Amino acid sequence: MTASLAVFFAMAALAVIGAVSLIVQKHPIHSALSLIVVMIALAGLYLLLGAEFVAAVQIIVYGGAIMVLFVFVIMLLNAGVEEHTSISKMAGAPGLLLVVALAGFVAATIARSTESVETTLQTGEIASTLGISNMIFKDFVYPFELTSFLILVAVLGATVLAQREKS
Amino acid sequence: MNSFLNANAELVITLVKIVLLLFIVLTVNAYLTWFERKVVAHMQSRWGPHRVGPHGLLQPLADGVKFLFKEDPTPAGVDKLVYYLAPLLALALALTSIALIPFGPEPIRLLGHDIYLGIAPPDLNIGILALFAVTALGVYGVALAGWASNSKYPLLGGLRSSAQMISYELALTMSVVGVLLMAGSFNLKKIIEAQAHHPEWGILGWNVWPQILGFFCFFIAAVAETNRVPFDLPEAESELVAGFHTEYSSFKFAMFFIAEYTSMITVSCLCSILFFGGWLSPFPTSWLFTHYLPSAILISFGLWVIWDGIRYETIFGRIVLPGLGAAITALGVVFVLLPNVNEFIQGPFWLLSKIFVFLFVYVWMRGTLPRFRYDQLMAFGWKLLLPLSIVNVIVTSFVILAKMQWWGAK
Repeated sequence: MTASLAVFFAMAALAVIGAVSLIVQKHPIHSALSLIVVMIALAGLYLLLGAEFVAAVQIIVYGGAIMVLFVFVIMLLNAGVEEHTSISKMAGAPGLLLVVALAGFVAATIARSTESVETTLQTGEIASTLGISNMIFKDFVYPFELTSFLILVAVLGATVLAQREKS
Repeated sequence: MNSFLNANAELVITLVKIVLLLFIVLTVNAYLTWFERKVVAHMQSRWGPHRVGPHGLLQPLADGVKFLFKEDPTPAGVDKLVYYLAPLLALALALTSIALIPFGPEPIRLLGHDIYLGIAPPDLNIGILALFAVTALGVYGVALAGWASNSKYPLLGGLRSSAQMISYELALTMSVVGVLLMAGSFNLKKIIEAQAHHPEWGILGWNVWPQILGFFCFFIAAVAETNRVPFDLPEAESELVAGFHTEYSSFKFAMFFIAEYTSMITVSCLCSILFFGGWLSPFPTSWLFTHYLPSAILISFGLWVIWDGIRYETIFGRIVLPGLGAAITALGVVFVLLPNVNEFIQGPFWLLSKIFVFLFVYVWMRGTLPRFRYDQLMAFGWKLLLPLSIVNVIVTSFVILAKMQWWGAK
């Protein structure tokens, strides 16, 4: 077992444990913390694939910005232990079914693929900062600008909604 | 044993470097508290600590012992796991961020291995991004401490801290983009080398001149990120007792304390590296006589400590201070006598002096400025700093584009 494979399994295990803990935990803050663990484990996996820029941005944006907002909102609302209604208990059964189906689908895909895991490693070329910026600002510049326009509309909408509340 | 050492040389070197850096950073932290108390005291016409050891030099040691031996109660009703996790997280992340800083340009060659100053490899091409990733997670230590304490003042402190860090993180990141555009790299070493394009310009080649707006935004946002005066609302003692760490005592409190001071050192390192040329000398490279400046400063400081020490009122001080002064003077003499060593310490000397200046500015601000009101803090961050840093990015981009278009530079 090579060192990179060991790191892969450690990160993968961390991600899976974090994801399971996210669902099992009773308190919202504990769930949010589990989600942060998942994000960081994913960043570790990106780093292993040679996508350093994506890994760093994953931690900055998801771990640092979005999850801080999550935790901030949970703290501000002072949300307690989650309540289980009869519907939320019932949702468990189809959820479990979906989990089994998804796991089976992923396992089947991996089993059918002929390429080994190692060959998917692409160091530097596409995932480098230069490669990503070339893709965003040259090849896919119109979809990118459209997306930012969409986000701008969403921001304006949120501002308008907040203003209406005031008056 | 020898074959094991040869096979895992990189690992052993890194481990030794980690232990050394940890020791140095924690010692510097301890004496930073002494320095802060002393400087603030003199600004307010007081003496500051002066009972424990000559000039209060053993005060940090006494404080450390006190932190270790104080009773460490866990308040009732806290969320145990998160309550213990928060100080660990704060300290671990603060110490990790300093591991990513390079402290010198040239490696030490020892037994066939190149040993660079600083733990991260010097060709880490996401250097500054990795640093921002670690500091971005730093907010959790404070926010979670506030929430887990299950008490109203810490909760308010934690909320303020999260809101403040979210607001200033944007300005902090945007203000660095100008520097990154000029260097064309995220690598801290390359950012410093980009400031040495004109070796004869010296201080005039540093990023701070073209990026003065970026530096203004960066330094203010960084002070806010480290929760220091005038942005120390999360622990405003007149309103919130002690803010997020009200329910923490003994060594768990010390961990928050060390984390805060370590972040101060990291921010000072970043300011020197990004805007003030890192390890570059402020003088033109042809002025070879400036290479004796470190020795001159060390020897004169050492002699002053000796002169001050022999007139000190306690006998202990009359022995310790001249000894300390003699050691500092001897170090300066060694640098003069060994030209190789003198060349090697030039880089680290300038970097450390710049870090020292920024740490002094931190303390200076603490001694001078009153605390912001909460709405002022938010308005300042969103309405002034963020637009200014965006303007800086746009102007820098256009200037670089114009240079490429019309003068064909780079």
